[in-house]
Amino acid sequence: MTRIDAKFAALKAEGKKAFVAYVMAGDPDYETSLEIVKGMPDAGVDIIELGLPFTDPMADGPTIQLAGQRALEAGMTLNKTLDLARAFREDDDVTPIVLMGYYNPIYSHGVDRFLVNAKAAGIDGLIVVDLPPEEDSELCIPAQAAGLNFIRLATPTTDNKRLPKVLQNTSGFVYYVSITGITGAASAVATDVGPEVARIQAATDIPVIVGFGIRTPEASRDIASVADGAVVGSAIVDLIGKGQSPSDVLAFVRGLAAGAHSA
Amino acid sequence: MANDLFNSFMTGPDENGRFGQFGGRFVSETLMPLILDLEAEYENAKTDDSFWAEMDFLWKHYVGRPSPLYLAERLTEQLGGAKIYMKRDELNHTGAHKINNVLGQIILARRMGKTRIIAETGAGQHGVATATVCAKFGLKCVVYMGAHDVERQKPNVFRMKLLGAEVVPVTSGRGTLKDAMNDALRDWVTNVRDTFYCIGTVAGPHPYPAMVRDFQAIIGKEAKAQMLEAEGRLPNTLIAAIGGGSNAMGLFFPFLDDKDVEIIGVEAGGKGVNAKMEHCASLTGGRPGVLHGNRTYLLQDDDGQILEGFSISAGLDYPGIGPEHSWLHEIGRAKYVSITDVEALEAFQLSCQTEGIIPALEPSHALAHVAKIAPDLPKDHIICMNMCGRGDKDIFTVAKALNWDMEESD
Repeated sequence: MTRIDAKFAALKAEGKKAFVAYVMAGDPDYETSLEIVKGMPDAGVDIIELGLPFTDPMADGPTIQLAGQRALEAGMTLNKTLDLARAFREDDDVTPIVLMGYYNPIYSHGVDRFLVNAKAAGIDGLIVVDLPPEEDSELCIPAQAAGLNFIRLATPTTDNKRLPKVLQNTSGFVYYVSITGITGAASAVATDVGPEVARIQAATDIPVIVGFGIRTPEASRDIASVADGAVVGSAIVDLIGKGQSPSDVLAFVRGLAAGAHSA
Repeated sequence: MANDLFNSFMTGPDENGRFGQFGGRFVSETLMPLILDLEAEYENAKTDDSFWAEMDFLWKHYVGRPSPLYLAERLTEQLGGAKIYMKRDELNHTGAHKINNVLGQIILARRMGKTRIIAETGAGQHGVATATVCAKFGLKCVVYMGAHDVERQKPNVFRMKLLGAEVVPVTSGRGTLKDAMNDALRDWVTNVRDTFYCIGTVAGPHPYPAMVRDFQAIIGKEAKAQMLEAEGRLPNTLIAAIGGGSNAMGLFFPFLDDKDVEIIGVEAGGKGVNAKMEHCASLTGGRPGVLHGNRTYLLQDDDGQILEGFSISAGLDYPGIGPEHSWLHEIGRAKYVSITDVEALEAFQLSCQTEGIIPALEPSHALAHVAKIAPDLPKDHIICMNMCGRGDKDIFTVAKALNWDMEESD
């Protein structure tokens, strides 16, 4: 059982929905980013999604592109991202960390070496946007073997015919992308998302979390109410981009978490 | 030995879209169903005579194919060695080879019922070709172009606008072809239901590298027949410029199993292939990685972050290369070299002065390599280079590089 599995078991026992928060590792710099991440569990974050910076984030909107650029300019690398996770783990051995990013930095690092280092750093799961099921042999299967969850994206274009393929090697949770589009763009609509989540839940026992297009405590509540939880990324990253202090960022995160937990 | 499949270089990609370890389908889940649809549609079209009949008709009557295979006599004489032929794809409608592929993709898009076409462009030649074919078929066209390229390729930007396309300047990154491709992918993922992404080179997720190659292979098929007619034999050497590598793949592919034909791809060496990375020579100066849907050689740093290339030629200014080229490089079937901006500019002028052909900066790289090797080769050695684009679009860039004031009257 990974920390992710344990977290969902605990939430289920409490009858609570999950709140997942995304930040880009090293944005705007290592220290500030670590301070924000360290404050997340207390602000109500159940699972931390840590962005791995990449120069060419093809599924992300301007907010997360800029966050990646800030992090890279401040000297962030894959190794330092793992350092950040390790530093977080010094005080917290419970809150799951999911690394989210693109394949090339991992491939460049060497998959086997990466998996050993990520596991040792306290990473629990991976979301790699540009690895669909067709490329499972690259990272998904080795990651599961190394004891890391591989969390797959399901999208509005994933029809029933394709869904079993998407779910097949998924573990931890399924990340349902609420819109056809990039992060930080259109708004997720609970009445559209609900039936889609139900369709996926009918096909799997693992939790279904919804992300993309959720920006407010109300939206966080509405979406969480039709799923097993909600993810917010760009709205948080926007505040970091505007130079708000870690405590202000965390105050906003607290509101989003309260929204999801009230669902 | 062309039907000896066991030793053929022409059977790729495999069912997973791989050429050896290169290629693949590294895209987000949102795009994956569409890519599988496209693959099925293309497989279907490939064996459909009516599809190829439509292509042949438009290639002949709209594009002006076949393009001539031209013996460059004065250039041959001046270089004093090998006999040099040019495959004149710069004479195509819209001025480059790009339209060969665009026609195929737009016909496919129409068969799939897509009403909106998007494209990325570097030098603007692919954007112009896409805007042209969209105008012909009455389709909405949006072209993503790096802001830096919009600046250095103004004539093509205006052409696209005249043809009714919307040109979106891309400011992310350094504002070149790589960034335009990122934004085109972002558009596609957002508008996946009605939009067809017309990729301009032999890169991207499977089936694009194979599909674009198959459409561009008309260049090599014609060249082979024309060479047999002119010389009664195949050329000794093929030479073509490479950014993503579509004109080169198009010329090379029909010759891959003719093992006596030497194949040379010419990458953009920019200011020189050195540690400062002021070049776009992915094979000479890069290593394998994953970007834009495929595994291929990429310019990247130790952390796997993609580096911006540098080239005077906007069409070659891309940090990757088509996956089939990476494979041909690794197995040694083709050889890849690089040419600097300075060498390409010299070749540009050489072509103007000896043959009365103003070449685009992209094939000027190929020509520069011809000029480098031809003098030392015997007179019965035949080189066929791909003159894949004309240089009208580049006159401002060249004028600037040669310190010529365009505003000044002579």
